[in-house]
Amino acid sequence: MNIHEYQAKELLRGYGVTVLEGHVAWTPEEAAAAAARLPGPVYVVKSQIHAGGRGAGHFADDRNGKGGVRIAKSVDEVRAAAEAMIGHTLVTKQTGPAGKRVNRVYIEAGCDIARELYLSLLVDRATARVTIMASTEGGMEIEEVAHHHPEKIIRVAIDPAAGIWPFDGRKLAYALGLSGKQVAAFSKFVTAMYEAFLQLDCAIVEINPLVVTGAGEIVALDAKMSFDDNALYRHPDIEKLRDESEEDPKELEAAKHSLNYVALDGQIGCMVNGAGLAMATMDIIKLYGSSPANFLDVGGGATKERVTAAFKIILSDPNVEGILVNIFGGIMRCDVIAEGVVAAAREVSLSVPLVVRLEGTNVALGKEIMARSGLPIISADNLADAAEKVVKAVKDAA
Amino acid sequence: MAVLVDANTTVICQGFTGAQGTFHSEQAIAYGTKMVGGVTPGKGGSTHLGLPVWDTVAQAVSAARVSASAIYVPPAFAADAILEAIESEIALIVCITEGIPVLDMVRVKRALSGSRSRLIGPNCPGVITPDACKIGIMPGHIHRRGKIGIVSRSGTLTYEAVAQTTAAGLGQSSCVGIGGDPVKGTDFIEVLEMFLADPETEAIIMIGEIGGQSEIDAAAFIAGNKVKKPVVGFIAGATAPPGRRMGHAGAVISGGNDTAAAKFEAMRQAGVHVAESPAALGSTMVEALRG
Repeated sequence: MNIHEYQAKELLRGYGVTVLEGHVAWTPEEAAAAAARLPGPVYVVKSQIHAGGRGAGHFADDRNGKGGVRIAKSVDEVRAAAEAMIGHTLVTKQTGPAGKRVNRVYIEAGCDIARELYLSLLVDRATARVTIMASTEGGMEIEEVAHHHPEKIIRVAIDPAAGIWPFDGRKLAYALGLSGKQVAAFSKFVTAMYEAFLQLDCAIVEINPLVVTGAGEIVALDAKMSFDDNALYRHPDIEKLRDESEEDPKELEAAKHSLNYVALDGQIGCMVNGAGLAMATMDIIKLYGSSPANFLDVGGGATKERVTAAFKIILSDPNVEGILVNIFGGIMRCDVIAEGVVAAAREVSLSVPLVVRLEGTNVALGKEIMARSGLPIISADNLADAAEKVVKAVKDAA
Repeated sequence: MAVLVDANTTVICQGFTGAQGTFHSEQAIAYGTKMVGGVTPGKGGSTHLGLPVWDTVAQAVSAARVSASAIYVPPAFAADAILEAIESEIALIVCITEGIPVLDMVRVKRALSGSRSRLIGPNCPGVITPDACKIGIMPGHIHRRGKIGIVSRSGTLTYEAVAQTTAAGLGQSSCVGIGGDPVKGTDFIEVLEMFLADPETEAIIMIGEIGGQSEIDAAAFIAGNKVKKPVVGFIAGATAPPGRRMGHAGAVISGGNDTAAAKFEAMRQAGVHVAESPAALGSTMVEALRG
């Protein structure tokens, strides 16, 4: 789960991470009022969307205008900048061409920047530890840095038993070319970040840029935070920060039914149990010359209700021209799944070809239920057969 | 022979009296697994499925010979259960639970290093040696004892490999589901080492996914290892869009090697027989064995 920059900064401030003073605003008037509470004379107006590259982006209705992050030198300029952002669609490298609608802006105090650095924390699967990554190349996309100058990225993995110690911070600080008081300040900053990461069950925290001010302070100028979905149950306060307007409505609906759904741009809707088999089913559809409309894992207990919900979500995508159900149930009983598929197909009055491949206990009974239903369900014997049949059925229907 | 489990493996179940623990323990007993009891805190001293229930794993190991534990507790309590099994020095811990917080697994992984335990999973179907011992949620009836070792990150895709090798008349020596989580107990290389050392295993099927670089590491291991057995490989997710599974910083740390294309290529370079289609795992193996 992702949150907005201003929410991340508020959380990090609670752990002792230095951030600038700022206020969120939902209207241009609120933005002006927020600016009036800041010392001035320089303000920064920042569009709040769940995507990076805001500063270099543009608004859909003003292609040649300024980006999603603007400097303002008076309260009136703050109001004007907020007016140009709120309710408008911001397009950045990360949003895709459709862009994202800006609903709120963050008004922050200006800052005297001496150096821009990069800092992030994440769980590195290779070492199975929380790893801190830092670079002197702040403000740039870290993927670019990794590609062109991998030697400019420094990594420190934290032993979960020992925890973080000042030497971990010093190691990073010296590698970044910091000196004097900045070293201890940086070490303190990193320690606070690590504590926040652990206690909030983060997946990634990225500070880009992390700045050294003219006065030598270490400040988080931007903050991106995402959380481990599996750990949200122990963070009800974080869950409340969810902004549903940032999420795909089909994916939100799927999550409510414990379905794992990702929208894609092909023609064949897929319903599969297990993430690996779901990906493999998408792959084989491609091998037979078509392309998948979605990834959908119905999970272990595919009940009639979940199968029906899955059908509805798949069919809400107007690009779907056929559906492939691939269930390798194993212990799950195929007759139960078949009944679920038949009931769901009736309820949604299915209008596109449906191919079903079932494997597991009571396969014969499951096939009989589908055959007796009177519905035009095409039964398949194995994975290859299923892919071939659904691709052909869609071609024939066209 | 076989790997990890055989007819002598004695198994307890943690989360024994819960719905999942009960159902899958029944299935395991019916398959012939030597279940010796289970653990549910607060229910010690009672009997479940005709077997003793203990309050703690420590009580279980002092009352019975226990070589493995199957864990079916909900995600919020799973790391606790694994750590309890490690503390009692259970040699093989198989955790089926899906959805454990990754920072819990970071601590579990640290506790495993230097311990006497091996963890398989979490978020996996488990381990089976056909006709001898089944620990996990895989359907027993699709397996046949035979000569193919199967190691996979994905559950239901493992069943696909099992069904295809059974249909081809090859059968399986053992099947190990290592699980789909980013931080897990056992990775490909360790299972490949076991299969290469196992005389019953004549060839190996390895099934990976996009994300991370353990398949790349495994391919390098296969290329550099002295013992050679035919290996058939498949990677799921060639059609998955980039950036959906991991955030940007995650994609950096894996070095950009985490696409299906990069992993297929690494496998080809290592001499692995690549199955282009997930439906061709069995037929690719038949061809590989023909030489």
